[in-house]
Amino acid sequence: MVIWIILLLMTAAAVMAVLWPLSRHRALTAEQLDPDTQFYREQIAEIERDRERGVLLASEAEAAKVEAGRRLLRSTGMTADTFAALGEPALRRRRAASALALSVIPIIALALYGAYGSPQLLTHPPKEQAEGQRGSLDLMTAVSQIEAHLAQNPQDGRGWEVVAPVYIRMGRIEDAVKAYEAAVRYLGPSPDRLANYGEVMVLAKDGLVSSEAQRVFEQAVALDSTSPKARYYLAVAAEQDGQFDKAKRAYGELLAASPEGAPWANVVRQRLEGLGAEQSVAGAQENAPQLGADDIARMVSGLAERLETRGGSPDEWARLIRSYAVLGQRDKAKAAVERARQVLAQDDDGVRTIDAMAREMKLIDAGP
Amino acid sequence: MFVEAGHFALALALGLSLIQFVVPLWGARANDPVLMSVGRATSLAVFVCIAFSFLALTVAYVTSDFSVVNVVANSHSAKPLIYKISGVWGNHEGSMLLWVLILALFGAVVALARNSIPLRLQANTLAMQGAITIAFLLFILLTSNPFTRSVPAPAEGQDLNPLLQDPGLAIHPPLLYIGYVGFSVSFAFAIAALIDGRIDAVWARIVRPWTLGAWAFLTLGIAMGSYWAYYELGWGGWWFWDPVENASLMPWLAGTALLHSTVVMEKRDALKVWTILLAILTFSLSLLGTFLVRSGVLTSVHSFAVDPERGTFILGILILIIGGSLALFAWRAPLLKQGGLFAPVSREGALVVNNLFLATACATVLIGTLYPLALEVLTGEKISVGAPFFNFTFLPLIVPLLLLLPLGQTLAWKRGNFLGTAQRLYAVFGVSLIATMALFAFEYGGPVAAPLGIGLGVYLVLGSLNEIVTRSWSRGTPLSVAWRRAANLPRSTWGAVLAHAGVGLTVIGIAATAWGVEGLATIRSGERVKAGDYEARLERVMPRIEANYREDVAVFTIFRQGQELGSLESMKRLYVTRGMPTTEAGIMTVGLGQVYVSLGEVAADGSVGVRLYYKPLVLLIWIGALVMALGGGVSLMDRRLRIGAPARAKMAPSAAVPAE
Repeated sequence: MVIWIILLLMTAAAVMAVLWPLSRHRALTAEQLDPDTQFYREQIAEIERDRERGVLLASEAEAAKVEAGRRLLRSTGMTADTFAALGEPALRRRRAASALALSVIPIIALALYGAYGSPQLLTHPPKEQAEGQRGSLDLMTAVSQIEAHLAQNPQDGRGWEVVAPVYIRMGRIEDAVKAYEAAVRYLGPSPDRLANYGEVMVLAKDGLVSSEAQRVFEQAVALDSTSPKARYYLAVAAEQDGQFDKAKRAYGELLAASPEGAPWANVVRQRLEGLGAEQSVAGAQENAPQLGADDIARMVSGLAERLETRGGSPDEWARLIRSYAVLGQRDKAKAAVERARQVLAQDDDGVRTIDAMAREMKLIDAGP
Repeated sequence: MFVEAGHFALALALGLSLIQFVVPLWGARANDPVLMSVGRATSLAVFVCIAFSFLALTVAYVTSDFSVVNVVANSHSAKPLIYKISGVWGNHEGSMLLWVLILALFGAVVALARNSIPLRLQANTLAMQGAITIAFLLFILLTSNPFTRSVPAPAEGQDLNPLLQDPGLAIHPPLLYIGYVGFSVSFAFAIAALIDGRIDAVWARIVRPWTLGAWAFLTLGIAMGSYWAYYELGWGGWWFWDPVENASLMPWLAGTALLHSTVVMEKRDALKVWTILLAILTFSLSLLGTFLVRSGVLTSVHSFAVDPERGTFILGILILIIGGSLALFAWRAPLLKQGGLFAPVSREGALVVNNLFLATACATVLIGTLYPLALEVLTGEKISVGAPFFNFTFLPLIVPLLLLLPLGQTLAWKRGNFLGTAQRLYAVFGVSLIATMALFAFEYGGPVAAPLGIGLGVYLVLGSLNEIVTRSWSRGTPLSVAWRRAANLPRSTWGAVLAHAGVGLTVIGIAATAWGVEGLATIRSGERVKAGDYEARLERVMPRIEANYREDVAVFTIFRQGQELGSLESMKRLYVTRGMPTTEAGIMTVGLGQVYVSLGEVAADGSVGVRLYYKPLVLLIWIGALVMALGGGVSLMDRRLRIGAPARAKMAPSAAVPAE
C-alpha cells in the first residue's frame, strides 16, 4: 500500500514539474531577446582589452574590431520576433499543454510499468528470500574463512571434508570435487567419503557415471558392501552401459537391503520402474538390442497402426498405452485407452487389463 | 520496493521526455516563452527520474538483490564493492541506462545554463534532447529492461565477466559515454539551428564548450580503453583496429574536425553549413558506435548483448535520427546565410584542410569497419579487415595532416602567408631533422619507420610550443616580459598548443613501439627469460585465493644489463563462478617505458611459459592522450571570446623571428 502512495507521489511530482513553469508568465528582458548584439559588443570590448595587454598588435586589433562591428550592425538589423506570452491564444496553449502533461505522463508511466514491471511484488514483497540471502551471506563468510584456513593448511583433510558439501550447495561443483579428492587423500578412504567423492564426480559430469567415478564407487563397496550410495551409483552405471538386467538386479537388491522408509528407496523404485518401461519398449522387438528414439517411435506407430486396422489382443493394446506413456505422449496414451475400451467393449477381462494399465501409468485418476 | 520505484521512475521519465519534446517545440513555433520554458523544467525532471532509477539499480547491485535478473546475471555476493558498483554498467541493460543518464544530465545542464543561451535556441535544443531520450528510454523499457525480476530469487549470482572485473570498467565506459553523449548536445544545437533557420557566431560560441568537453572526455575514454586492453588482455597490444575500437575512433575523428570548424565559425562566421553537417555526422557516428556495440553485429569482448530484437530496434533509432536529421539538413541548410570570406592560404584554409583530412580518415575507418559486415550480410563471406588495411589507408592520410599541423597553427586568420609561416618553423624543422638523424645514427639498422615517426612527433611538439614562443618572444625581449606575455595569451591558445603537443607525444610513443623487444621461454624457478637488455628471473610460483577468484602468482625479479631493477608479480587467475581464466600482466614502469611480463601455461612440474616484453616510451601513447584532453580542459576554461585577427598581407614575416 505504501508503495502505491509513493508511486502516486512520484507521478504527481513529475506532472508538477510541467505545470509549474506553465503557471508562471514572466516578462523577458531585452537581453534574452537579443543575445547577438550582446555577443558582438562583448567581442569588441575583448579586442580592446587584448590590445591593451599586448596580445594583439594594434593593426590586428583594428581589423578585428572593424569586422566585429560589421557583424554587430548586421545582427541589430535583424529584430527579434516578438514573444507572445499573454492574451487569449497563449492562455489556450497553456491549458492544452497542461492537459497534455496531466494525461500523457501518468498514462505512459502506468501503462509501461504495468506491462513490464512487477507490481505484484509490491503487495507481496518476497521477505523470506531476504532472509535466505542473509543466510547465504553468513555462509559466504564462513566459506571464505575455511578457504583462508585451507590455503595455509592444505593438508587439513577434515577442513576439505567440511567445505565440500557447502561447495555443492553453492553450485561450485568443480571445487567440491577437488575438496573431496583432498579429503580422501589426507584422511584416507572410508566408504562414505568415497561414495560422496564419487557422487560429486557424477554431479560434475551432469549425471554421467564416468569410469573414474565407477572405480571410486567400487572401492567404496569393497570397503563396505552395504554402502547404499555407492551401490546405487554402480547400478546407475550399469544402466548407462545398457546392462539393464544387471542394473535391475542391483536396484532390487538395494531395495531389499534398505531399511523401511529409507530416504533413497523412492528414487531407487522410480529408477526400477523406468527401467521396466524402457525394457518393455525395447522388448517389443527382441532382435534389436540397441534402439534409438526414432526406432522406438517407429515401432510404436507401427503397432498403433496394426491395432487400429486389424485389431489385437488386450495385452497388445496395454503395451501400446504403456509405450506412449513412457515416451511422454500422454495425450496419445489417453486416446489409446479410449480406443481400446471401445474395441474391447465385449471383452470384460480385456477392459480390466486396459484399465489397470491406465491406472498404473496414471492416465486416469480412479477406476471406472 | 526500491527496484520497482526505480522502474516506475524510468517509465515516468519517458512520459516527461515526451512533454520535453513536444511542448518546447510548439512553444518555439508559436513564440510562446511560457511553453518554451517547459523544456527546462522537464529536462531537469527527466534527469531526476533517470538518476533515481540508476540509483535504484545501483542499490540492487550493492545489496546483491538477486531478485533482479540483471543482478543475477552480472553480479556475485563475493565480488568486491567497487566491481558491484561498476558492474551496474558492465552489462548491456545497465550500460544503456548509464547512456540515458548521461544524456539526461547533459539536458539538465543545458537547461540550467539559463542566461547564456537564447531562449528559443534552448527550447529547440532541449526538444531534440527530449527526442533522443524518448528513443533510448523506449529501447531500454521495451527490449533491455534492467529491472526485470526473477521470483523466487536464486541464492547466488553468476558473477561478472572476469575481463570486466577491473578498475578500468569503473572509468572507461563512463568517460567514453560522456564523450559519445556529449556530442548529442552539439547535435541537438545543430538541429535546433536548422529548425530555427538561424546560425551565427553566437551559436558557435554556445556550442564550443560542449563539443570541447565531449571531445576531451572521448579522448580520455579511448585512451583509457586502450590502456586497459594493453594490460588486461595480456599480449601487450594497445590498439587492435577492432571494430569496437573503430566505433569510438570515428566519432573522435569527426568530433576533432567539428572542434576545429567551430573555431572558424566562432571567429570568422564562416563554414556554417559544414559545421552543422559535422555536428550531425559526429553524433550519428556516436550512435553508430552504440549500434555496432550493442546490437551484437560484432563479436567482441564489448558485445555483451547478442539479441536480434535489440539490434533491429537500435537500427530503427539509427535510421530515424540520422535519416531525419540529414533530411532536415538537406531541407534547411540552403536557407542558412553564408558568412565571412577567407583566402585559401589562411588559418581558415588550413582548418578546412584539417577537416578534409579528418573526414577522409574517418570515412576510411568507417569503410574498414562496415565493409566486412556488409559483405557478410550480402554474400555470407566472412573476411576480416585488420591492421594492414588501416596501416595502408589511415596512416597516409594522417601523416600529411600531422605534417601540416604546425604550419596551419602558425598561419594568420583571413589572409596568411605560407612562406612567412614556413620561415617561422625553420628552427622546428631543423631540430626535428636533427633528432631524426641522430636517432638514425644511434639505432642504425633498426626499423626505419621508428626514427621518422619520432622525428614527426618531436616536430609536432616543438611546432606547437613554437606558437607560444613566437607570440610572446622576439629577439631582444627580456625573459620576464616574454613570460608575462606567454601567461597572458588566451587559454584557448594554450589549450590548442597543449592538445597539439599531446598529439606529438602520442606519435612518439607509437613510433617507439617499433623498438620493442620480446622474449619467450618456458622456465622454472631461478631461471631467466631475456628480451634485449632486460631479463626476468622467475623467483617462485604460489597459489593465492581471493573472494571470487584464485590465482597462480609468479614473482619475477627484473634485471637490466645484469642490474637488478626490482620485482613484479604476474598472475593467472581463475574466476570460480564462471570457471573462466584470465591473465594479469605484471608491469614495471622504467622511465617512460615498461617491462611487461605475461604468463602462459603453468605446468604441473612448476615450469611456466613466460613472455617478456620491453616497450620503450610506451607510456607516451597515453600521456599524449592525457595532454590532449588537458588541452581541451584548458581551452574549456577560456571564458573569453574568440577574436579572429587577420594579418595584413605584407607584414607577416616581420613578426617572425624564430626561436633557437
